Amino acid sequence: MIEIDSVTKRYGETAVVDDVSLALPAGGITAIVGPNGAGKSTLLSIVARLAPADAGRVRVDGLDVASTPGAVLAKRLAMLRQENQVLARLTVRELVAFGRYPHSRGRPTAEDERHVANSIAYLGLEPLQERFLDELSGGQRQRAFVAMVLCQDTDYVLLDEPLNSLDMKHAAAMMRLLRRAADELGKSIVLVLHDINFAAAYADRIVAMRDGRVVFDGPPEGLMREDVLESVYDMRIRVEAIGDWRLAVYYR
Amino acid sequence: MSSEAVSSWCFSLADGRALADERTPRRTRIVLGTLGAAAALSAAAFMTVGARGDWAFVLAFRAEKLAGLVLVAAAVAIATVLFQTIAENRILTPAVMGFDSLYLAIQTGAVHFLGSRALVALDPRLRFVVETAAMVALSGLLFRWLFLGRRRSIHLVVLAGLVFGLFFRSLSSMVQRMLDPNEFAVVQDMMFASFNKVDTDLLAVAAAAVAGSGIVCLRLVHALDVLALGRDLSVNLGVDHRRLVTALFAVVAILVSVSTALVGPITFFGLLVASLAYQVAGSDRHRETLPAAILIAIVALVGGQTVLERVFGLDTALSVIVDFAGGLAFLVLLLRSARA
Repeated sequence: MIEIDSVTKRYGETAVVDDVSLALPAGGITAIVGPNGAGKSTLLSIVARLAPADAGRVRVDGLDVASTPGAVLAKRLAMLRQENQVLARLTVRELVAFGRYPHSRGRPTAEDERHVANSIAYLGLEPLQERFLDELSGGQRQRAFVAMVLCQDTDYVLLDEPLNSLDMKHAAAMMRLLRRAADELGKSIVLVLHDINFAAAYADRIVAMRDGRVVFDGPPEGLMREDVLESVYDMRIRVEAIGDWRLAVYYR
Repeated sequence: MSSEAVSSWCFSLADGRALADERTPRRTRIVLGTLGAAAALSAAAFMTVGARGDWAFVLAFRAEKLAGLVLVAAAVAIATVLFQTIAENRILTPAVMGFDSLYLAIQTGAVHFLGSRALVALDPRLRFVVETAAMVALSGLLFRWLFLGRRRSIHLVVLAGLVFGLFFRSLSSMVQRMLDPNEFAVVQDMMFASFNKVDTDLLAVAAAAVAGSGIVCLRLVHALDVLALGRDLSVNLGVDHRRLVTALFAVVAILVSVSTALVGPITFFGLLVASLAYQVAGSDRHRETLPAAILIAIVALVGGQTVLERVFGLDTALSVIVDFAGGLAFLVLLLRSARA
């Protein structure tokens, strides 16, 4: 369980995350949505100890992320940021193998090798595994980084816009894969998503943020209503029903 | 996943693994073996070419100088590779950031405040240790903030290096103007790199410093590879980023002190050997790039000194040539990164 307790983060005068308290129970997929600048990525970074909070605290399975040694947390929680640039020239396989570092400390066992191979297969990267990262397209590279984070084999996986630079096919495949990881492997996955339709179609729970505050927290059906969406995004969004599936139409 | 996909994946996996397992270590062995042989050859040539008279004296005399050159080569190579990993950048080096100038400013300050006579009376090893400690403290204070926490823009970092370097050089030259001529002569001796006048009093303590740094690198070699992924990913993988960067900064400061104390400031040498090492090493793993950089540095310094001193009979020219070649490499790297 991730407990976020009155967390605040300021840049200068503006509070990017403003006194947010949330409890994310273990298991399932939680999607964080909201307009640009709502504080979604910052909140995720604070949970993953990549950025310090100015006030409040975050506990993961009871461990305070600000004080627990990084090596301990790295076996429980993994996070991938939106943009990842790596200076070293690495093959996909080498990158994914870094995900085992918290467990192997650089000396991989047969078990580690198995995890690496599984993650590569999970993301369909087998044909690319000997390619260098700088020879891949943005979407392929994104999948390689997600493979690395999955390879870390943590209970909690935080992903900041994992659908970034993926085409339709791979975006849908990524969401199905995360759904499988949650259902079959029992992982707790927290995602920042821009596309509310993806969020509604795959997440168990949606947290909507606006101006650094949580303005909605509940199941997808609760968010996918015209009045709720308008209050989050400050624009008129039509919601159409296709069977029992609700679709937000905001393209024009 | 269908069974067909699984089997084809297994096949490709086995295939790729075999390739990777065979290719990388073999290539590494060939590259490091060749470089090692070249380094040994340069050392042998340095010891023997043009020797006349009493061999026992010549060998002992040259062995001291050789040891000095090897220590400088290793210090510069390790410091540069570590620094570039911390900085996540392959154009910045400790020398470009003004580390050498800081050490010179510390040395000049010591002459100014203690006077050259007191300094001469002082054990040079003690002086080196104290100056190195000052170097570790000041460089940590001045430079560490640039590489902790939020990623700074490369322009800010370069500009900070430029300003720091200029500041320390001006500070040194201002202090030098206030020195009396005798003391100035002592300082002037430190200001210019000379591979011909290795400070042999310091060999033992310098060797200990380089060996200690080498052991630290060996222990941290996997953590260094993780650090090269960048701050966010290395924190995510459980590396204590702040502690590791702080420790590495201390190692870099010690190594810069070693090379500057032994031969003087050499601005672009580290950049040259580190860039060459990344080019020839089979991968960007530190267990390959660090030894490759050290060996290339030894070949360049010892081999270069042999050729210039013994074949052409020149004295201080090596530092000029090394900096010229390194400066060219710097420009090429800058232009290439500007285009990319």
